[in-house]
Amino acid sequence: MTAFSNFISTLEQQGIIRRSEITLTPAKVWQIEPKEWGNCARLARDAGWRWSAGWGEDLGDTLRINSLIEMSGDYLLLRAEVPSQAPELPSQTPYFLAADRSERHTRDMLGICFLEHPDERRWTRHQGWGEDEHPLRKVFPLPGNPPEQTPPDKDYPFVKAQGASVYEIPVGPVHAGIIEPGHFRFQAVGETVLNLEERLGYVHKGIEKLAEGRDPEGLARLAARISGDTTVGHAWAACLAMERATGIEIPERGAYLRAIMAERERIVNHLGDMGAICNDVGFAFAHYQFGRLREEWLRDNRNLFGHRLLMDLLVPGGVAMDLDPKAIDTLDTALNRLGRELDELLAILDRNTTLGDRLYTTGILTSKTATTLGCLGYVGRSSGQSFDVRREAPYPPYDQLKVKVPSEDLGDVGSRFWIRYKEIRVAMRLLRVLLGRLPAGATRADFPVPAEGAEGLGIVEGWRGEIVTYVRFGEDGHIDRFFPRDPSWLNWSALERIVLENIVPDFPVCNKSVNGSYSGVDL
Amino acid sequence: MAWLLNLLQVILFVATAPLLAGWIKKLKCWSQNRMAPSVLQPYRDLFKLVRKETVVAEGASWIFHMAPYIIFSVAVLAAAIVPLVAVELPTARMADVIVLVGFFGLARFFQALAGLDIGTAFGGMGSSREMTVASLAEPAMLMAVFTLAVSMSTTNLSTAIATLLHEPLTIRPSFVFAGLGLALVAVAETGRIPVDNPATHLELTMIHEAMILEYSGHHLALIEWAAQIRMMIYAVLLANIFMPWGLADNFGLAALGWGAVAIVVKLVGLTVVLVLAEAVLAKMRLFRAQHFLGFAYLLALLGMLTHVILEAG
Repeated sequence: MTAFSNFISTLEQQGIIRRSEITLTPAKVWQIEPKEWGNCARLARDAGWRWSAGWGEDLGDTLRINSLIEMSGDYLLLRAEVPSQAPELPSQTPYFLAADRSERHTRDMLGICFLEHPDERRWTRHQGWGEDEHPLRKVFPLPGNPPEQTPPDKDYPFVKAQGASVYEIPVGPVHAGIIEPGHFRFQAVGETVLNLEERLGYVHKGIEKLAEGRDPEGLARLAARISGDTTVGHAWAACLAMERATGIEIPERGAYLRAIMAERERIVNHLGDMGAICNDVGFAFAHYQFGRLREEWLRDNRNLFGHRLLMDLLVPGGVAMDLDPKAIDTLDTALNRLGRELDELLAILDRNTTLGDRLYTTGILTSKTATTLGCLGYVGRSSGQSFDVRREAPYPPYDQLKVKVPSEDLGDVGSRFWIRYKEIRVAMRLLRVLLGRLPAGATRADFPVPAEGAEGLGIVEGWRGEIVTYVRFGEDGHIDRFFPRDPSWLNWSALERIVLENIVPDFPVCNKSVNGSYSGVDL
Repeated sequence: MAWLLNLLQVILFVATAPLLAGWIKKLKCWSQNRMAPSVLQPYRDLFKLVRKETVVAEGASWIFHMAPYIIFSVAVLAAAIVPLVAVELPTARMADVIVLVGFFGLARFFQALAGLDIGTAFGGMGSSREMTVASLAEPAMLMAVFTLAVSMSTTNLSTAIATLLHEPLTIRPSFVFAGLGLALVAVAETGRIPVDNPATHLELTMIHEAMILEYSGHHLALIEWAAQIRMMIYAVLLANIFMPWGLADNFGLAALGWGAVAIVVKLVGLTVVLVLAEAVLAKMRLFRAQHFLGFAYLLALLGMLTHVILEAG
């Protein structure tokens, strides 16, 4: 706390920061002079803050820029307002690398100029939009002004490498497997990767614009579709933000059920990832075993919750389902069975030296780089980061639970494999407690019509890591601004560092060990 | 009569190669607790590919067009050298084992050129990797077959196998080493785990598949079929050189029948071993392939040495 108040008083003395009237639980809101925007980031970095999320809003005459930073579970929302005409302010990227793509996204979407930003290129806005078209401005129509034929994004100036026997490998956006689209540009010498650049944005769906004008239930449905594998995580973050905006508390049983679903989502995705990591090094046996375990849980989801991926079960005010005592028994049995199967399976994998040879020392992310990039979730935790929202800034029902946060410090693919296993074990323990203590009562509270201008911040621990969602209501309880920040925003750039000095054929397993969401970032 | 049988054997060889691929696939699925497609699936796939439109990359030269035909014909010619059911057939007597290795080299040469021809990054990458593997696999393979050649005083496969067949059962340590060496080479050359992964969709990890990514339609069918024939050749080589029993040495119906049964049993045994090995192994890092093939060479060399020390004289 002293570091926190020290930082604030330093900034106040220098006249950079002004306490705002409002608080957005769990963050304290501070107003920043636009010209001090970069300076403030420098001071925050020096004081050890972590950059978490950034977004912009069109308020009519002014545009508002937000940066969320965090230290030891304390969140600070920095805000600056610039005029809509010729909006510009210093960039935070020189101090927080994590802000890079977020600022490029905000520049593309709202036309805000970040001075001293090291990268002039477009990010989310491919060539389908004209130079002066900024889709998130309120004057921009929802259907957009699509050209007859969207021009290809072919002249993107990738970083070049030159020299004898340096060659370029363009991969994607269409891949040989059934995965999401994204472009990777490698520069390699022989089989060694010199540089990798990612180019995303191919699944831009206009989530932020589509959210405008929706009612709360509609927003929860939209949030559930930001990234299909994180449907519970994003829906929870959106619902939490809306509930905090209206100030309602959801029934305890509802919160417990949400946590049960979130932990199930975590387990299912980790199982899938562990299998996929093994498959990418040609170890099909593990792929099918993990696939089988995952499928059993998905079928339980379908039978007991009504949807394999648990989509649309979280609604503003609680959850739209309930578990009967028989279902709880079934879930308990499934937990026991999974525990036994994992013991057996992981013992086999641990002893397989050919698998170990591929996973260990491949794709190392150092703790220092992970800190600089603000890596989240299993990517951060396998490189010595220990942040977990469930422990550092708990929200119901985690405020009543003790969450153990596992960590690894080697930062290689093997660490990212085993951290998932440890997280599965933690999630299984949490599930036992949640199922055992599941309180009686209603699962859903009435959701009132939100006041105009009410805003809320939802921060939850999704299976990939910290999800930050900002919601502001407009007229008649309809959404005016919605911004979801998937943890992949911060983990994708780690992949560019991870593959350096590795060989080209090891890229797929490095990629899988990070497993960023394309859809969650392209929005 | 001999020529007719010879023709029949080659046709049988080429026609059953996809069946072997289907059988391996079936074993693989079983080893992973999965439902397996029919063993006839490779035939269906080939048939599907033949009917599909053949798309050729812009700027492809005659090499790209010709390569599938060359690769396939060479595979068929190579199959003609290897005794499947009977020994002492005319084509087998015409060419020796060095020609066989030469055929493989020729096919690989055109395959690698075709990979480079269309100028995509993946094609070039695949060709470069294939040549790296080949440059290490070929010496190991030659060394293994030389062990056989020195023992039998001939480089002709058919004659060597016939000699083996007629001598009383002797355990030759040199053959054990050479056989193991050749088995490792076969794994590398047919693109199996742990050197290459035939089932992968990951472009960046491919070796064989990366070279043929741009092929489609009947071109692809020919290349796939040729790969299946090559797989079959290696399997039959291993089976018939190191376990020659059952091969027909005359053209009587009974002998040929026994020859057919014998080769089926041997191939089933070999594929079971292959699939079990694949089930417990992950794919190696690309640069470990050198160690793997270096080991294969060492085994083959040990085979030769043991022959000189223990068996010669």
